[in-house]
Amino acid sequence: MNFILDYYNYWIVVFLMMTGFYIVISANNLIKKIVGLNVFQTSVFMLYISMGKVNGGTAPILVDGVTLYSNPLPHVLILTAIVVGVATTSVGLALIIRIKRAYGTVEENEFEKQDDAI
Amino acid sequence: MGDLIDLVLLAMLAITALQMIFLKDLFAVVMLFGIFSFLSALIFINLDAVDVAFTEASVGAGISTVLMLGTLAITGRKEKKSAHSSFLPLLVVCITGAALIYGTLDMPPFGHPNNPIHEHVAPRYIEESPKEVGLPNMVTSVLASYRGFDTLGETVVVFAALIGVLALLGVRRQEENDVPESGFKAHHVLHVVARFFIPLIILFALYVQFHGDFGPGGGFQAGVIAAAAFILYTLVFGLSRSFSVVGPKFLQVLASIGVLLYASVGLFSMYKGGQFLDYSKLATDPIVGQHYGIIVIELGVGITVFAVMLSIFYAFGSQAERSNIQ
Amino acid sequence: MLILDIISSILLIAGVFFGFSGALGLFKFPDFFTRMHAASVTDSIATILILFGLILQTSFDINTAKLLFILAFLMITSPTASHALAKSARHGGLLTLPEVQAKQQERTH
Repeated sequence: MNFILDYYNYWIVVFLMMTGFYIVISANNLIKKIVGLNVFQTSVFMLYISMGKVNGGTAPILVDGVTLYSNPLPHVLILTAIVVGVATTSVGLALIIRIKRAYGTVEENEFEKQDDAI
Repeated sequence: MGDLIDLVLLAMLAITALQMIFLKDLFAVVMLFGIFSFLSALIFINLDAVDVAFTEASVGAGISTVLMLGTLAITGRKEKKSAHSSFLPLLVVCITGAALIYGTLDMPPFGHPNNPIHEHVAPRYIEESPKEVGLPNMVTSVLASYRGFDTLGETVVVFAALIGVLALLGVRRQEENDVPESGFKAHHVLHVVARFFIPLIILFALYVQFHGDFGPGGGFQAGVIAAAAFILYTLVFGLSRSFSVVGPKFLQVLASIGVLLYASVGLFSMYKGGQFLDYSKLATDPIVGQHYGIIVIELGVGITVFAVMLSIFYAFGSQAERSNIQ
Repeated sequence: MLILDIISSILLIAGVFFGFSGALGLFKFPDFFTRMHAASVTDSIATILILFGLILQTSFDINTAKLLFILAFLMITSPTASHALAKSARHGGLLTLPEVQAKQQERTH
């Protein structure tokens, strides 16, 4: 039981990562691929934050009377990663709008055929 | 008790992600993504990462969802059936998942205070940063002072995203009269409530901006919240009225001003005799110098993020208007 | 204080009960507008009960003021959102269940 509690976080994170990965490689619609990519990104963030948690600690903001804090360094890394993630997502969505204008569709099988025909 | 909350929230997250695979209605998938983002913000709070939770809630459940809905308005709502069979992706996913789970068995157990990640580097920052930088929020002091150069890079990445979106889409000025006015004409309740709340949201964004030294908050969250206020204004009152309040050209100038402000703090500290982004040289007392430096660069970050998020939304909104979609 | 803890627990449990019944209504009700009604009404009462339960848990300092602000904000925005959703659905042409059934009857007769 203790073993499961120790590793439950990581296993769920791996499950979410694989769900996101599956959506990215198997979805037909491009927007769904971007959603899957974001799911993947968020699960990776959860992995890092889970590694930084200390049992019995509190948020890394200095308060009187508290000595045990959770590790603030993964938080800094993930803060940057989240913002970079949204920047990438917005550029990806802009590309999808251009693909729609150029090909008339954002379904992968349909514009693959158009690409082969060119 | 914290363990039980953690278990339940993670299970809900897994169910939400699983359901995303099977749905064909993309509107529902994007809504589920908003729920997924918000649930992960709750999990982050449970894992003591309050700054990260704030950012994830505002960015993931706010901006990302809005931008995806904006794209959906142009591309259409249903996903078509795929031509390939799903056996090969499933095989690849299962093999990768099994390898990763085998890898996690080697990791240190979750939460123990003696894990290797908590030795050496982290205690140094936890103990020294209140003395060297003088801020209660250790995440802000590491983000803005010790790793200030990385945060400059991140701001430039956000700015580069703006350049990318503007190069791809561009913001179209409302000159022709053939496109019908957007916004909710007959929703009087929304008009009243939005007009009441938008100043309060901007006020809250300013609070988050300047309170980032003492609690969760900082430039990114504040920029996103302020952008959300103006996005609300655009949704309720229409794109053309929003252009006359905050114009696209003004936002592009604002985005550059934010990055310039950040970089000029670094150059100013070089002028004062220190290294690039060495805040201790900004005032005679090094701790006061650190405070000045952190406030100014967080302001730069907040301005840039606000301008970039709002510009990207304007670009998407102009595309949707161009397609004659309300 | 024990009496404050007991009242706070009762309020929290009542709030959770209403939230759960709202979620149950989302599954059980047959039509969009009835589901909307279930979700928004129970959401309002659950918010009030849970937030008052939490206010009793604080020691009446700055956090109480923050919780009261959150309560005021949610009380204004949550019904507005439900109203906007229902109005958009109605203007978009969504029919209630009795109207749909009347239309089907009209078509078969």
